[in-house]
Amino acid sequence: MLTIAGRKFRSRLFGGTGKFSSPEVMKEALAASGCEMVTVALRRIDLNNPADDIMSVLDRDRYLFLPNTSGARDADEAIRLARLARASGGGEWLKLEVTPDPRTLLPDPIETLKATELLVKEGFKVLPYMNADPILALRLQDAGAVAVMPLGSPIGTNQGVLTRFQIEIIIAQAQVPVIVDAGLGAPSHVAEAMEMGADAVLVNTAIAVAGDPVRMARAFAMAVEAGRIAYEAGLGAVSKDAAPSSPEDGLGFLR
Amino acid sequence: MFVIPEFSALQDAISRVTEAEVLQALNADLPGMAGLAALLSPLAEPHLRAMAKRSAIITSQRFGKTIQVYAPLYLSSYCANRCAYCGFSADNVIDRRVLTFAEAENEAMILHQRGFSHLLLVSGEAPAKLGVDYLEELALRLRDRFAALSIEVQPLATEEYARLFRAGITSVAVYQETYDRAVYEQVHLGGPKADFDYRLESPARVAAAGMREVGIGALLGLSDWRAEGLALGLHLAWLRRHYWRTGLTVSFPRLRPAQGEFKPLHSVSERNLSQMIFALRIFDPDVGLYLSTREEARYRDGMIGLGPTRYSAGSCTAPGGYGQADAGVEQFEVGDNRSLAEVCAAIQQKGFDPVRKDWDAVFQAKGDRQQAA
Repeated sequence: MLTIAGRKFRSRLFGGTGKFSSPEVMKEALAASGCEMVTVALRRIDLNNPADDIMSVLDRDRYLFLPNTSGARDADEAIRLARLARASGGGEWLKLEVTPDPRTLLPDPIETLKATELLVKEGFKVLPYMNADPILALRLQDAGAVAVMPLGSPIGTNQGVLTRFQIEIIIAQAQVPVIVDAGLGAPSHVAEAMEMGADAVLVNTAIAVAGDPVRMARAFAMAVEAGRIAYEAGLGAVSKDAAPSSPEDGLGFLR
Repeated sequence: MFVIPEFSALQDAISRVTEAEVLQALNADLPGMAGLAALLSPLAEPHLRAMAKRSAIITSQRFGKTIQVYAPLYLSSYCANRCAYCGFSADNVIDRRVLTFAEAENEAMILHQRGFSHLLLVSGEAPAKLGVDYLEELALRLRDRFAALSIEVQPLATEEYARLFRAGITSVAVYQETYDRAVYEQVHLGGPKADFDYRLESPARVAAAGMREVGIGALLGLSDWRAEGLALGLHLAWLRRHYWRTGLTVSFPRLRPAQGEFKPLHSVSERNLSQMIFALRIFDPDVGLYLSTREEARYRDGMIGLGPTRYSAGSCTAPGGYGQADAGVEQFEVGDNRSLAEVCAAIQQKGFDPVRKDWDAVFQAKGDRQQAA
């Protein structure tokens, strides 16, 4: 079972709350996904308003809320948001997003590291969204991040695991869980990430903007499970040569 | 510094477009400036349906099934400019007013109670009546009660924008009105706004000051809308290159009847406006696109999901108009008079989520009052 900062998760699929056509569709899709951790943009919610449309439809006993700092351009802004979230009862868990370029929303490695160092000291459980840079993953881990969240491809692009080569290195090196986040557009993409040995994946856009978000959420859940089982079962090696399923190796004459 | 080509050169570029270039632009991942010219050309008109479809897919991918809603708050009808098309023009003999802080806060709280969290503070351009001190004070008074505060006022200096950013202003709109220099001079008869180049450089000052977002726009009906569209594309691309941290938005206000009986110099149909919106969306997948309450409810409803990402609602364009039914002269006549609740219902009807809050005042460090020396 996946454990992050001492907390156990049965599902290795994490969800998001953005881009849905209504809070009701979001609620149903998250339920269908079976996820237990849901990230919520602090900019979208009113923490002081119990009737907030996102927070009020989701059951806090069922989901661990992972507030995120989406929109922050530097460490200072992210830190301010994080402190506010905690002061308003948002807890210690935090998905740290520092994205200075509003076009690509790619994470700033320098500001992300700075913010992680400080927020960890303040007692936050930090899960930083990061580019798929293996050295940065190690630096964030050393700074006390409870997991790392490398991107598969730029957020919202549905392009899949374009950073495969670097993510393989991150998975091989990391001492903390690796959650592939962003750009996973199809169940096959998450299956690929899970087969590679990712500990979990986070999917939002692909579910939220699907023709039928509820069915799509289910498809992603199944793919995550399939990918994980395949990883645990041990995938066969990839070879350039054909290998017959009933081997006839041509050495049958040996005694 | 952003330099705009001669307007006639933009028109020439569009007139040289071929059918093959239109098809290429429609199928390109990022069509670039040549592609934008193609999509704005008359040859693209038969492909309006395909453009709508592509624009809708890009918009849904980037912004999801959401539309941001906001309200304008008119602060003052005083204006030092003489603009031929505007109800607030200094030439018009009208009762003018500037809201006191108490009146402005009262108007803001009416909007707050109606469910608005994003406000656009608008005023005529009369720095002597409403300057940066006023805006700073009002922003400091409102910032804790609203998620985002934008302004659409006279162009300011970089340091003034920086001051307002510290006070809690999130974004600034400065519309060029027209990128056609000759027409610009013809309709801006006097006042500081008559300086085409100072206005053209304003969005760069906004971005340089650290604002989150800058809005540009052209007032449709003053000149050739196709070339205006290409000019907007050039301006967007230049801003992206020089200020990559700044979010960008575009508005497409079509001229509506206003005090002063100005007749549009060019006609722009709903089909034309739609083509312009789709073309800019395909050109720039990330830009925020506004669709004004100048447009009728039928058109605004039809466009939900096809490209625009921000809708105003329940707008009144007279200062004090939310608390007082007959507050005086409006800047222009509104085409969609529905309330926020009605606009939200229409958005939901189309399968989209009307987003009232998509920012937070906490992003910005809290500055202190910094009155001008």
